[in-house]
Amino acid sequence: MKCIIRYLRPFYSIMALGLSIKVLATLVELALPYILRHILDNVVPQASVEKIIFWGILMIVCAALAMIGSVTANRMASKVARNSARAIRHDLFSKTMHLTAHQTDRFTVPSLEARLTSDTYHVHNFIERIQRLGVRAPILLTGGLILTATLDWKLTLVMVAVMPFLAISVYLISKQGVPLYTKVQQSADSMVRVVREDAQGIRVIKALSKTEYEQRRFEKYNRGLSATERRAGIIMAASNPTMNLFLNLGLTAVIFVGALLISRDSGTKPGVIIAFMQYFTLLSNALLGITRLFVMYTKSAASANRIAEVLETEDDLPILPEKDYPFRREEGYLVFDHVHFSYNGTKDNLTDIHFSLPKGKTLGIIGATGSGKTTVIQLLMRFYDVGSGAIRIGGRDVRTIPAGELHSHFGIAMQNDFIYADTIRENIRFGRELSDEQIKRAAAMAQASDFIEAFPDGYEHMLSSKGTNVSGGQKQRLLISRALAGNPDILILDDSSSALDYKTDANLRAAIAEGMKNTTTIVVAQRISSIKHADLILVLDDGAIIGIGDHEHLMQHCDVYREISDSQMGGAFVE
Amino acid sequence: MGGDPRRENNPNNNRKVTMDKKTMRSILLRLSTYILRYKWLFLLALCMMFASNIIALAGPKISGNAIDALTELTGNEMVAKVGGYCTLLAILYVTSSLLSYALSATMIYLSQKIVYTMRKQVFDHLTTLPVNYFDTHATGDIISRISYDIDTVNTTLSHDLLQIGASLVTIIGSLIMMLSISPLLILVFAITVPLSIFFTKQKTKRIRPLFRVRSSKLGELNGYAEEMLSGQKTIKAYNRETAICDRFDSFNDNAVEAYYQAEYHGALIGPSVMFINNLSIALVTTLGGILYMLTLTRGNALPPIYRIGLGDVSAFTQYSRKFSGPINEFANIMNDLQSCMAAAERVFRLLDEPSEPADVRGAQTLENIRGKVELKHVKFGYTPEKTIIQDLDLTAKPGSLTAIVGPTGAGKTTIINLLMRFYDPQAGVIAIDGMPIGELTRNSLRLAYTMVLQETWLFHGTIYENITYGKENATMEEVIAAAKAAHIHSYIEHLPDGYNTVLSDDGVNISKGQKQLITIARAMLSDASMLILDEATSNVDSRTEIRIQEAMYSLMKGRTCFVIAHRLSTIQNADTILVIKDGNVIEQGNHEQLIASGGFYSTLYHSQFH
Repeated sequence: MKCIIRYLRPFYSIMALGLSIKVLATLVELALPYILRHILDNVVPQASVEKIIFWGILMIVCAALAMIGSVTANRMASKVARNSARAIRHDLFSKTMHLTAHQTDRFTVPSLEARLTSDTYHVHNFIERIQRLGVRAPILLTGGLILTATLDWKLTLVMVAVMPFLAISVYLISKQGVPLYTKVQQSADSMVRVVREDAQGIRVIKALSKTEYEQRRFEKYNRGLSATERRAGIIMAASNPTMNLFLNLGLTAVIFVGALLISRDSGTKPGVIIAFMQYFTLLSNALLGITRLFVMYTKSAASANRIAEVLETEDDLPILPEKDYPFRREEGYLVFDHVHFSYNGTKDNLTDIHFSLPKGKTLGIIGATGSGKTTVIQLLMRFYDVGSGAIRIGGRDVRTIPAGELHSHFGIAMQNDFIYADTIRENIRFGRELSDEQIKRAAAMAQASDFIEAFPDGYEHMLSSKGTNVSGGQKQRLLISRALAGNPDILILDDSSSALDYKTDANLRAAIAEGMKNTTTIVVAQRISSIKHADLILVLDDGAIIGIGDHEHLMQHCDVYREISDSQMGGAFVE
Repeated sequence: MGGDPRRENNPNNNRKVTMDKKTMRSILLRLSTYILRYKWLFLLALCMMFASNIIALAGPKISGNAIDALTELTGNEMVAKVGGYCTLLAILYVTSSLLSYALSATMIYLSQKIVYTMRKQVFDHLTTLPVNYFDTHATGDIISRISYDIDTVNTTLSHDLLQIGASLVTIIGSLIMMLSISPLLILVFAITVPLSIFFTKQKTKRIRPLFRVRSSKLGELNGYAEEMLSGQKTIKAYNRETAICDRFDSFNDNAVEAYYQAEYHGALIGPSVMFINNLSIALVTTLGGILYMLTLTRGNALPPIYRIGLGDVSAFTQYSRKFSGPINEFANIMNDLQSCMAAAERVFRLLDEPSEPADVRGAQTLENIRGKVELKHVKFGYTPEKTIIQDLDLTAKPGSLTAIVGPTGAGKTTIINLLMRFYDPQAGVIAIDGMPIGELTRNSLRLAYTMVLQETWLFHGTIYENITYGKENATMEEVIAAAKAAHIHSYIEHLPDGYNTVLSDDGVNISKGQKQLITIARAMLSDASMLILDEATSNVDSRTEIRIQEAMYSLMKGRTCFVIAHRLSTIQNADTILVIKDGNVIEQGNHEQLIASGGFYSTLYHSQFH
């Protein structure tokens, strides 16, 4: 919550104004029962219709003022909520985009998404409601108590005596009930999970005639969900009757005590008791408001904390001083210097990766899934920091280069990479300052021109999110176009041509070799044919280099490489 | 304490509802059949609702009497009388609270029964739907029906229904009580009630679209955030963070602005309704004050209709608050009811989807299968307008291998859909051992095949449960043998919980290749004589692929196989190759024949040795 309050600071003055208006409006509303009492106890005995009407009109005026005041204050509150929510969400998104890969892994993408959307929404809602209810309810409560005290402090004490009972019972019920809703949520998630699994696996289920089995499986979760929902509901349902009971009993006590007081002639008048009854209704509304506020607070505080957690995450990849990692004059342009790395700090994911690649040459990386191919790329781009050893580009340690400058060296097409809902042109351009010639040239090199131009609207063709309206091979060629378009210093193709047939793949390689002469290229692949022409090939196994050299060298000296190559003779036929 | 917290996030609450009266009535009728199953319970609830509200209604009247006693009597007599009233009040309130709690509990119990039944019906029905339904409906949509929509119905059943009843009782009851106190004062409501109804109606008409805009803008924001988060690494790699943030800002602006607009106009409602309430009170007080004054000054000279006591004024103001409450809530409840109708309609529409047609009368069970599969003049398209397979003839002898090849997205799975009878052909016949599959029971047909698809399907459960999914009574020895044949046994043994390891989204990180091997192990347990196999393993590294390949070969032994083939070795060994392109079978024959014909297949074949 602290972190959210910071966002409210710029609006303190306008909030103060809005709140004052709200306080005034509430006070005016509180005057209504007071006037009521006045009419009944003091004006009626004067037997003047004009006076009664005068006070009646005054009541209406007060009611109108209360309305105008509340509306104005509510609108001001909405504005504050809008402006602060916008700022929070902006900062959160910007922070999210700048999180390091390690941090994103830790938060996980679905959780970050939830923070950006539903959590900010809850906080927005809360900022709005707290300004409305948060003032009205306490003012009604304290103002009501003060006013009733001026009417008759003894009766007020009776009313006050009810409050602890109310508070305790509501507290106890909520304490029992609110955690149950977490359980309800969990049960609902399990139920939904079964539905999702079955919707996706319907072919297998039908093929194995497991319909009844699945129905039984669902039955279990369905029953569980109903039971927890029922339990939570029945506990929470107690709160309203309990509150009403206490309030009404309080009211009854006021009448009785009032009767006692009147019988002893202590100056209590019947109109006072009627006014008390009115105040009671107001107070019970205020109390309802406060309990709602309480529930809302617990929910929003959780959201606010989740937001703050992201906002307060410190950059864990700071730029390190060059004096600790000095520039080195060396032959290799890309250098991995005995690199060790672990994602979680326990088991090494990369062990002693050591190689050097001169400028303009091509590096091929091949190996099993989980052997660390992509990790090598991610370290090079400094999505993560090495555990020990060093990575240098042109003699400079990547840790000393600001992220923006470092990334400007690269053009990268990754496995399952990112296509978003926009035109083909925009997907290739990707928000960069690129001319149409550059885009078209890149598409031509990536063997994408033909199919792009086959669309009636060519480069203006709209892609759907995740590129579901183009084939896997077309998608890969668009991603490669994107990587090539910026004419990068270092080109990385991370398993990005797996869906191309051999011929297209070969044409692509030739076009890149021809068109990007000064570019240093890294190709990560499953297929030998994609990397066999590389100047240097790394064979990775379980995070270690088990073969290094060119194709001929590896065919002779590396068993695993030869095994892979043999299994692929003919290889993936079409795809 | 707004009940279920999930409800607030329900995107369907603000959905546009357009429904004619007839549909509305039929939905209502159908919903009421669910309630009628528990008619005694429901009747009990109704009785409790009446009792509790009527008792609560007596409250102000009795407290009014007490106040009259206060003004009219003195001393101990007065205290005794008031004390009597107060005891009565206390008893009434306790009973009323108890009743109202019992009522809520009953309704929750009742609605949970109904919701449970509905969910069960929906799910059971889902499992009988043809595969086509799942191919044409997004999973999210199906889930939203079984969760959000049923929840919405639930809320209405457990909450709104009672509230409508209670409101009616309260409105009518307070009206009667007020009439009995003073018919004259009721005239006040002739002004305020129409004012209130008119006002809320006008406003909600205006505001509801704003709330819809608000949720759709939030939806757009969600969509954008989700999309960009999935591309975070790419965005970083290209230094596009700032550009993306700028675009996000415009989504953000739209979302908060839509929120603000809805609130700006919505801010009017609460205070205005309160104003109208207060207006009623003010008018009642003024008019009541005047009448009370007249009663005091003129006494019995005043006609009885004008006569009123102080207690009456008190009771009347209390009733007037009770009376206007439900009237102001009316618009909200109507809104809820409409969402409930829309949700119920979506649920019912799913329930009305036709199931897979029943097996034909006298359908035979496939037994002692030799495994001869024939397709004769098969014509098929997912939609009647677009025929995908024109006229396919194919005979697969027992133990033969048919390879289906073609680029991604060319429609290779169509053949599998037809063989397994997930879809029926528009014309032609598919037969097994000479028996048309239309005349077989679906269960026996499908069990005659073992199927390994590329999209590995594992569910939340232990590895053991996943492997034995097709054969529940398998012994541990059989399971281990299958796992060994699938080359996954030693991996499983190395997991901390071995075969009891629970596969879950957030649990052990199991690779795609290993998932594939587990599904192969599952298939190994089957003794079906025909096999459908999808060889595609593009997400698996080469060494795992070699293992999968070996496992698949042992799976293929002795079975009639249909393989979506990717490996040249499989293709070259096939008895028949079907070449599929753009959804059509364009070539058919064995390797030598196809190479000799010089068509698409031979072009592809030669291109890879380029």
